[in-house]
Amino acid sequence: MQAVPWLILAAPLAAFLVIVFGTLYARNERLSGYVSIVAMLCAAVLAVVALAGTTSATHLRSSLDWFALGSTRFTLGVLLDPLTAVMLVVVTVVSLLVQIYSQSYMAGDSGYRRYYAFMSLFSLSMLGLVLADNFLQLYIFWELVGLCSYLLIGHWYQRPAAAAAAKKAFIVTRFGDLGFLVGILVLYAWTGSFEFGAIESAVKSGALAGGTITVAAILLFAGAVGKSAQFPLHVWLPDAMEGPTPVSALIHAATMVAAGVYMVARAYTIFSASADAMLVVAIIGGFTALFAATHALVAVDIKRVLAYSTVSQLGYMMMGLGVGAYAAGVFHLFNHAFFKALLFLAAGVVIHMTGVQDLPKMGGLARKMPITAATFAVGGLSLAGLFPLSGFWSKEQILDGAMASGHTVLFALGLLTALLTAFYTARAWLLAFWGEGRVVEGDAADADVHGEHASGEPAVMTVPLLVLATAAVLTGLLGSSWLGDPFAGFLGHATEGAHGGGSVELALVSTALVIAGIGLAWLMYGSRSISAESVGATFRPVYVMLVRKYWLDDLYGWMVRVFVLALSELLLWFDKTVVDGIVNGTGWLAAAVFGRASSRSQTGVAANYGLVFFAGLLVMGLAVLVGLGR
Amino acid sequence: MTVTLDHYLFLSAAVFAIGLFGALSRRGLVAVLLSIELMLNAVNITFVAFSRYLDVPGSDQVATAGQLSGQVFALFVIAVAAAEAAVALAIILAVYRTRRTTNIEDVNTMKW
Repeated sequence: MQAVPWLILAAPLAAFLVIVFGTLYARNERLSGYVSIVAMLCAAVLAVVALAGTTSATHLRSSLDWFALGSTRFTLGVLLDPLTAVMLVVVTVVSLLVQIYSQSYMAGDSGYRRYYAFMSLFSLSMLGLVLADNFLQLYIFWELVGLCSYLLIGHWYQRPAAAAAAKKAFIVTRFGDLGFLVGILVLYAWTGSFEFGAIESAVKSGALAGGTITVAAILLFAGAVGKSAQFPLHVWLPDAMEGPTPVSALIHAATMVAAGVYMVARAYTIFSASADAMLVVAIIGGFTALFAATHALVAVDIKRVLAYSTVSQLGYMMMGLGVGAYAAGVFHLFNHAFFKALLFLAAGVVIHMTGVQDLPKMGGLARKMPITAATFAVGGLSLAGLFPLSGFWSKEQILDGAMASGHTVLFALGLLTALLTAFYTARAWLLAFWGEGRVVEGDAADADVHGEHASGEPAVMTVPLLVLATAAVLTGLLGSSWLGDPFAGFLGHATEGAHGGGSVELALVSTALVIAGIGLAWLMYGSRSISAESVGATFRPVYVMLVRKYWLDDLYGWMVRVFVLALSELLLWFDKTVVDGIVNGTGWLAAAVFGRASSRSQTGVAANYGLVFFAGLLVMGLAVLVGLGR
Repeated sequence: MTVTLDHYLFLSAAVFAIGLFGALSRRGLVAVLLSIELMLNAVNITFVAFSRYLDVPGSDQVATAGQLSGQVFALFVIAVAAAEAAVALAIILAVYRTRRTTNIEDVNTMKW
């Protein structure tokens, strides 16, 4: 059991190295895909083994000495507890399914080997992140995850939009990462350790308390805001849609964005010790949930709808954690991983087979690709939180937690978000799969399509969809209050479910809202008895505001231009005058004082040289004589 | 008064110093050349004087190579001085032809 976590890390690392160095001269580039998938399969099996061997009391640590700095020893270690075990399974299973799916999606791509190499590295980074037993290691893998998402979002780097999106993802998350790093250093400065266990015991013993812990927790949360795309750093995630769709599935479900929520859950002892920090987490989460959902109402690109839904659902998770519903937040992360991966992969099938990404250009695809339509519907309903799909259970728990903690406003935000979520999900499904076919062949040129039009859904794509759809239906039962909420019990937070986890009134209200949302979408996009265009025209200012994404991108662009460029100008001036001035001044001083002055001694007259020569000789002779005379 | 080794060495030092002073202070290239000849000959005096006084007077010993080497060196110096004078005069002539002067302060291109 001790070796299992290390082996889980070794598998994708080996795959990455083999693909990078081993398959260089392999004639068949599909080999790289097989290597990566086999490694991920091994990791998934090991993860299941690890989960099977984990109970709510498990706390398995093993660490190696890394290096020592003075008297401080730094270790590399793994920590296996229920939270990690759950994350391991989520990451490996989703990653495995995504990689299998990519066999078809990425077939014939010129960057096939590179794609699989980075997929392996990405999985390795995320697995290392969830297995880390100290903040320093967590931070290292955290950055690796960021790097890999940069590399994969920019997979088609020849497209300017993809390159820009990759850079945006990297730079925007960097703002949060700075806070995260400072937070880690604050914790280190106060506790003298990076290890979770040591910091947690410092919190429990009261050695770390008061304002310090609030500051540290909020700084840590800044990292999560960047990584998990919370307001105001959410802007990178929708743009990240420029990457290949399986990459989006992986980023949105199992890796990258999950890292932020995972980190908050991992550092939960720190967060829950500060009421202010918890309030910040809850408010940011709740606001982001609603804020992002409004974007999704008008998004045209199917992947963008899903991207905003991810931001919104991440907000839900944060809100859950923030209001003290720890198990609910983690449970939502768990469920979300499966249904969101499902939705993205289903959207990928649509994009792959039609070459169209814009919803208004789709339509009637249910006939062409029934499995995709059905699984997308399952994923969508789960996302919307319809009973008894997985999304329902975790969402109920979060709303329940918000209610129980007395945050009525956040509770209302959550309910409103549920309504919007149901609406935009239904809208996306109806626009894509229902009604008349509007796919125009000529539009196919602008998307990543490899000429497999209408040849039926390939099994390598549908099997992952079906597996994920099954998960989206069933995983919710793990947290069902009917079964005593085994999920929370497994995480060691069983008491939480006791405060009425599953009040029937709440379930009825939220189900009514979901049905209302779906019904409204049906009226607008299914039966078309309400014209979507006239609604848009009536609320034109609102519509424009949503389409322009609240002008946030423009605001950030303006801020960059005004502040960053002004600062750069200032620094440029400083560099040119002060720094360069010192350098050039030193040179000038040397030339003027030492060079020009000493060049006077070079008269060119041989007699002068001779004089110096003899004078020197005389001095040396005298010195020798004095020396001998002693 | 007997002439001892010290007398020769003082003479030699004086001639050398005069030569050195001349070589460093005279402006004319020919005068510098003459001064250098003086210095060379001062050295010759030293060589010969040492050769004479290290040789035990009145001894029947056959002169050894060590005792003769001072005189041999003096001969060498005279030969080298002759060659040096030839080369130096040629240089002086060349300098005069290109610059129409033999003043040493005008021959100062040996700097940066």
